[in-house]
Amino acid sequence: MRTVRVIPCLDVAEGRVKKGVQFLGLVDAGDPVALALRYDAEGADEVVFLDITASSERRSTMVDVVARAADVLFIPLTVGGGIRTLEDAKSILRAGADKVTVNTAGISRPVLISEIAGELGSQCVVVAVDARRSSWGWEVYTHGGRNSTGMDVLEWVDRAVELGAGELLVTSMDRDGTKEGFDLELTSEITSRVDVPVIASGGVGSLAHFAQGALEGGADGLLAASVFHRKEISIGEVKAYLLARGVTVRPA
Amino acid sequence: MIAVVDYGIGNLRSAEKALLKVGGDARLVANPQDILGAQGVVLPGVGAFGGCALALEASGLRDAVLKVIEAGTPFLGICVGYQLLYENSEEDSGIEGLGILSGSVKKLAGEVKLPQMQWNQLRRVPGRESAMLDDIAALPWAYFVHSYAPDPVPHLDNVVAVCDYGEEVAAAIEKDNVWATQFHPEKSGEFGLAVLARFVERCQA
Repeated sequence: MRTVRVIPCLDVAEGRVKKGVQFLGLVDAGDPVALALRYDAEGADEVVFLDITASSERRSTMVDVVARAADVLFIPLTVGGGIRTLEDAKSILRAGADKVTVNTAGISRPVLISEIAGELGSQCVVVAVDARRSSWGWEVYTHGGRNSTGMDVLEWVDRAVELGAGELLVTSMDRDGTKEGFDLELTSEITSRVDVPVIASGGVGSLAHFAQGALEGGADGLLAASVFHRKEISIGEVKAYLLARGVTVRPA
Repeated sequence: MIAVVDYGIGNLRSAEKALLKVGGDARLVANPQDILGAQGVVLPGVGAFGGCALALEASGLRDAVLKVIEAGTPFLGICVGYQLLYENSEEDSGIEGLGILSGSVKKLAGEVKLPQMQWNQLRRVPGRESAMLDDIAALPWAYFVHSYAPDPVPHLDNVVAVCDYGEEVAAAIEKDNVWATQFHPEKSGEFGLAVLARFVERCQA
C-alpha cells in the first residue's frame, strides 16, 4: 500500500523560524521545535527543517535545534541547507535527524551523495532539486534558486538516484510562492522515471493542489510551508480532503 | 537501565529519547559490561545490513548482545536491528547476522518503490496474542524505512503484525524475550511511544 505523506517545511535561520508563522497559542512561534510539535499534533507525517542561515556558524546552530527536536518530536525529521560534507551529514543525523537533504553541494561534488549513502545508507539521503522551466525543459538551479547550472533536471535526477539518493525533493522555482499549485508536469515526469520516493514542493495554495500533486503528479510526499504557517490550511484538512479523493494517507 | 546499543551508526538518539519520554531509564551504551548488566537492551539499526553487522562486530558489542538475548533479557530490535537477528541478508550476502532466528532477509518484491519510506497500517495476525501490541490500537499506523525484510516463513508463528507493501511484510515479531519491529517505534508518534512504553514496562517487571 502506498501512503502519501503530508510534510510541512520550516525555513530556519540562526536557529529561528524565518518567515510568516502565525500560530497563536505557541509560547514561542519562532522556535522551530515548538512549531514542529504543533504540526506533529496536527497530524504531520514528517517535518523538514531547511537551514537558510548565511553564516558559517550555521551547522552548530542547526545541530542544537535538531538535538532539541529529538528530545520531544517522535516523527521523522529531515534537515537540509548547507550540508557540504559527509561530516556535516553525520553530525546532523547523530543529533537526531533521520534524513539530510543535499542540494548545491551535491551538484558541485556529486560524489558527496555516494559518500553519505555509502556510509549511512541511501534511506537518509534526500537529493533536493530546484527546477526552473527553460526553452528546452527544466534546468537545475543552485544556491537557493539563484544560480543556473545549465543542467537538465531529468538527467540530474537519474544521476542522483544512481549515486545513491534514497528520495528526491523536487521544488518548482516557477511555482514556489505563487499559490498556483505544484508543477504537475515536472512532478509526473520525475515520478514516472525514478523508482525512489519523490516529494513535490513549490506552489501549493489550495486543498485541490495537494490532491493534484498526489493523483496527477504521482508524488509520494506533498510539501508545503506558507499555507500551513499562515494557518490558511490545516494538515487535518489536507488529509481529510485527500482521503475523500481516494488518496491513502495516515489519518490526522 | 535500558541499554540502547551504540555501535556507531546513524540516528540512535531518537530511540534513546523516545524511551526516556515513556519513563525508561535509557542510555546509549558502547561497552559490553553495560549491555550485560542492563534490564533491557535495544538494538537499533539504519542503513545496510552488512554495514550494521560489520559495525556491530567492530564495536566489540556483538557477543554481549548475543549473551543478553540468550539470558532472557528483554530485547527490542528495530529496523536493521530486527533484520540482524536472522542468519543473513540478500542485501549483503556473505555477511553473517546474529543468527538468533533461522532464515534470511529478502528484498521487498512487487511493483513498489524502494525504499518503503512512509507510514503504513499494521494488521494484527488473527488469533495471535501479542505482549507488544495487545490493546494498543486495532489498526495502528507506523513509520517504515526499508528495502529488505526478514522472510517470515521459518518463523510464521512469531509474526504478530504485518503490513502490505507489494507483498505482506512481517512488521513485528515476538519470540520469548525477543521483540522486533521493521517499523521505527521511535518515529511512529503516539503509537510508537505506546509500543516503547510496553517494552519499558517489561524491562521493569
